[in-house]
Amino acid sequence: MAKKTAAIVGSGNIGTDLMFKIMRRSKNLEVKYMIGVDPASDGLARAARLGISTSAEGVDWLLAQDELPDFVFECTSAKAHEANAPKYKAAGIHAIDLTPAAVGPYLCPVVNLDALEDVLNVNMITCAGQATTPIVAAISTVVPVDYAEIVASIASKSAGPGTRANVDEFTETTAKALEEVGGAKRGKAIIIINPVEPPMIMRNTIYAAIPAQAAEAGNLQDKIRAAIDEAVAKIQDYVPGYSLRVEPQFDAAREDWNGNGRVGVWVQVKGAADYLPEYAGNLDIITAAATRTADLLADRMDAVTPSTPVGA
Amino acid sequence: MTETQNLSVRLTDTTLRDGSHAMSHKFTEAHVRSVVRALDDAKVEVIEVTHGDGLGGSSFNYGFSLTPELDLVRTAVDEARNAKIAVLMLPGLGTIHDLNQAHDAGASVARIATHSTEADVSIQHFQHARKLGMETVGFLMLSHRTTPEHLAKQARIMADAGCQCVYVVDSAGALILEDVSDRVSALVAELGSDAQVGFHGHQNLSFGVANSVYAARAGAKQIDGTLLALGAGAGNSPTEVLAAAFERLGIHTGVDVHGVMAAAEDVVKPIITRMPIMDRASIMQGYAGVYSSFLIHAERAAERYGVPAWQILEEIGKAGYVGGQEDMIVDVAVQLASGARVA
Repeated sequence: MAKKTAAIVGSGNIGTDLMFKIMRRSKNLEVKYMIGVDPASDGLARAARLGISTSAEGVDWLLAQDELPDFVFECTSAKAHEANAPKYKAAGIHAIDLTPAAVGPYLCPVVNLDALEDVLNVNMITCAGQATTPIVAAISTVVPVDYAEIVASIASKSAGPGTRANVDEFTETTAKALEEVGGAKRGKAIIIINPVEPPMIMRNTIYAAIPAQAAEAGNLQDKIRAAIDEAVAKIQDYVPGYSLRVEPQFDAAREDWNGNGRVGVWVQVKGAADYLPEYAGNLDIITAAATRTADLLADRMDAVTPSTPVGA
Repeated sequence: MTETQNLSVRLTDTTLRDGSHAMSHKFTEAHVRSVVRALDDAKVEVIEVTHGDGLGGSSFNYGFSLTPELDLVRTAVDEARNAKIAVLMLPGLGTIHDLNQAHDAGASVARIATHSTEADVSIQHFQHARKLGMETVGFLMLSHRTTPEHLAKQARIMADAGCQCVYVVDSAGALILEDVSDRVSALVAELGSDAQVGFHGHQNLSFGVANSVYAARAGAKQIDGTLLALGAGAGNSPTEVLAAAFERLGIHTGVDVHGVMAAAEDVVKPIITRMPIMDRASIMQGYAGVYSSFLIHAERAAERYGVPAWQILEEIGKAGYVGGQEDMIVDVAVQLASGARVA
């Protein structure tokens, strides 16, 4: 099967990391275009050296090309994607949105891709969303989760200007995805930026409220452990640096937890260092998830009728 | 060192916010009413009321509030006749949505806190608080983690975003005397008349009050304290001691010294469940530079995993974890218990 073509819109850290990720790790995709707005950007220069068609003239340049890409990866800002999304749709191009715009549904490839029918525009949540929703979803398959809470810690050096200017958007988007993708009745997300040197590797702690019985040793608890292990293995398939720091910790039910018990899961995400160093697991996990999503959609497109956009 | 005559500072009492840590976030409306009444009568001008970790702090990670914090804020606003009610928020934990709700509940001072090197995450929150018409205060937490020069640059980011007073916050109780005056002086020189400078001290190494005097002499105009030192770690600079010491030094606060002494003794003492003390674990926080609110969480992990709290805290200090990373405590405790080395 011929490889599908991809355009990356946005030549900052995420776009550049994604370019390397697709080139090195995608089975179905090739990067054909890289579009930025700053002609002097490092990402555009690297793309040009690798023989990719580049432009600093934005999305309109892309859409004026004779050969349109099968996929466009939006690595700009929520505002830019809101403006671009209708144009991609009109051109029948699959959009994988790495901004918090959420024009399309939240997506984590190992959780809800199969359940989505309309996938012409999908949103990759946030880095913390990719790291934590699969764990909450795994727990939700065993017991009802009244409340899920996550704490994401990222290295100061890996937090770009976009993240810093929009921390509220980050926590609110992630919290909502804990509900919509993770299956928790209520979600809460916390992000901490840590400047320690050498930079700390991205960490995520996931707490889920679980029924009292599941917090005690026994069949339910074993099932929760197994579901978490299974989710970790699935993620490791495209994010090799994803691992548990310690065994999941179960806390007995408490009155101030509405009679619920709690399971805690401590995750580390070491990046593949495709562009930024390995501490930037936050970058790695969202670009890896986007790449995996496009690869799976490419399989699905080929399985239906070649060259017809799925869900168009 | 400048003369103390004619200096004037405003005391902010944060018993009902920083003290919330020592109470495991179990303040009630009755507690709030009695403490606000006593502080207001003693002419304390600003009283902070929030979950210990700020708006939205009620969580697995930091502990759930017994009473919703907005109910406590509303109660405080209702009880205060002269004092302004302040709330704390940490971007990344609380949001503008929380700030709006606190404003609707009657809070008039927004205190917005970031780690000492990450001030730029607070820009949208300062802009929004000013738009709401709130007085603004910025907290540069764990100020010991950076140099006076760099701290001043971070203060500039907050001031440019609309912050009216930037605090040197000694969240770990790790600063000693000139560590404080050097930082306050650097901020005063950078901010000039654009914003005031404040100081928030902890007692982990027993320097809370002395450091506050150094801060005032270096030009700080706002100083934090809590009644009975009730607060995270070994507690805060005690408001009643600050008021007494400042009066003796001729530093004007406008606070009635007898009134705050009575508030501590008669109102707060009967309420509290633990007295803040300098013990092995809390001294280690000052010594190793660990965020004070980690203390009770470390004590709980110590009990559960059979590792001493001071040792957990020492490892936390080595790893360089910052405010809000309470989740790392269990990770460290489990690794210590299993004999594994900590990252």
